[in-house]
Amino acid sequence: MTGTAAPLFAGTSLNARDRKVEWLVRALLGLMTALLILPVVIIMALLVVEGGPVISWEFLTSPPVDGMTAGGILPALVGTVWLVVVALIASVPVGVAAAVYLSEYAPDNWLTRAINLAIINLAGVPSIVHALFGVGAFVLFFRFGTSILAASLTLAVMTLPVVIVSTRESLQAVPRAFREACWNMGATRWQTIRRIVLPNALSGILTGIILEVSRTSGETAPIMFTGAAFFLPFLPQGVLDQTMAMSLHLFVITTQVPDAPEALPFGVALVLISMVLAMNALSIAFRMYVRGRKKW
Amino acid sequence: MVGDVAPNGGGASADALSAKVVVQNLTIRYGNQVALRGLDLSIRRNEILGVIGPAGSGKTSFLRALNRMDEFIPGMEVEGRITFDGRDIRRVRNVYALRSRIGVVFPLPVGLPLTVYENVALAPRLRGVRKGSELDEIVERCLRRAALWEEVKDRLDSLGSLLSGGQQQRLTIARALSQEPDLLLLDEFSIAVDPVTTMRIEEVLKELKHEMSIVLVTNLVQQARRLADRTAFFLTGEHVETSDTARIFSGIVKDPRTHDYIEGRFG
Repeated sequence: MTGTAAPLFAGTSLNARDRKVEWLVRALLGLMTALLILPVVIIMALLVVEGGPVISWEFLTSPPVDGMTAGGILPALVGTVWLVVVALIASVPVGVAAAVYLSEYAPDNWLTRAINLAIINLAGVPSIVHALFGVGAFVLFFRFGTSILAASLTLAVMTLPVVIVSTRESLQAVPRAFREACWNMGATRWQTIRRIVLPNALSGILTGIILEVSRTSGETAPIMFTGAAFFLPFLPQGVLDQTMAMSLHLFVITTQVPDAPEALPFGVALVLISMVLAMNALSIAFRMYVRGRKKW
Repeated sequence: MVGDVAPNGGGASADALSAKVVVQNLTIRYGNQVALRGLDLSIRRNEILGVIGPAGSGKTSFLRALNRMDEFIPGMEVEGRITFDGRDIRRVRNVYALRSRIGVVFPLPVGLPLTVYENVALAPRLRGVRKGSELDEIVERCLRRAALWEEVKDRLDSLGSLLSGGQQQRLTIARALSQEPDLLLLDEFSIAVDPVTTMRIEEVLKELKHEMSIVLVTNLVQQARRLADRTAFFLTGEHVETSDTARIFSGIVKDPRTHDYIEGRFG
């Protein structure tokens, strides 16, 4: 302490500048986050205000009538559920298995790296290209015709990279020390995966599946040529039937049906988004349950 | 096969009958860096072999080679010959059976993301023990021997990772014991453990050597002095010497560097 005793904690000028910068950075980051949320809030508000009045029990449980200018959306609703479920059944086992192989078994060599690169590239392919692939492969080559099966498989191929990448990341998030401790006890790779790695990666894997569900139910291009119908007043009876779908129905009534009432598309969009949110909420609840038992 | 002893007529033949593990001309590299050079050493039955030496002397690499851990450590290359009960471990097809007979304890405790009970029951389960009563019995016995039972007997169902550092390390030891190993490898087990717990574990080790061979890698020269029957001194990848602990610590050494190290003059 020298003679010119400064008041305690007064700080230096540098200190003052640091605190100003700190305040500024915090404000800026907060603002960016707010900007991110804003569109979501606006969209949701708009949909609820404009589309809310259209929603009724009848709207959800009856088919469209009068050239799709009136009536409900039941076939599209059921069709989307069909498409999503079949796509999940096709892609989750393949995606998770591939991710487990890549993360736990594959040697780190050029081939593995090439496969990883290919997966990332697959994620970047535009959905309309997937649609054309789906037509070529599933509709024509495998002779599934335009059907739920063809459309769902197209969706599955499109979302596989998401499942693989998110599963792989969550497997890698399990500390390597756990694996080594297990191997040192004489456990095989699979014993280690089944008892230690997979249970602890589950919540991350579910996140990937949530993403897949959200994306699958909203996609339009890949199902347009492979299985989704313009208008079909019946419910699908099996995977080889064509079906209406929410996303395509929304596209059709906004662009192809000029005399549809203005509120109708908002209503359809609101139902579609609510569906996705409901599925997400369910998965998130399950994830929280799993994470509640998290082990480290 | 146990007892499939095939002494290879090398320099270690004098040791071959009493030795659990015979290491000949072991060289370990990571890429082009040599961690251990030309090691000849044997581990006898029912002894504690202390391994001392400053950081980077190849002690941990030596332990890794005994358990064939090089197979999952990228870049680690092992040359030379290691026999376990007379069997060349490189030629053991069933590496899982080999590893299950070797317990390993690392410097930092690795509590698997399981309950206390399941941490200890895992190895028995892996080797096919299904009966609940049998598992209960194994878990209690191993926890008792690791001097942990009294502290955790009421919380066997809580997560192992919620225990304190010292408790977790004893849990790791209990887990290693649950393998019913013939060989226990300890790599600086006391680094994250308080002195009182360290003393308790040391007492346990003295008991355990009647049933198995123990390799104790340690930075604490005095710990080797307290526990080890024989002590090996490694220095920057070179095996300087191995001798009876009592001899080394009474100053009877083949190489003056050993004396310098245990006297704390370098390293």
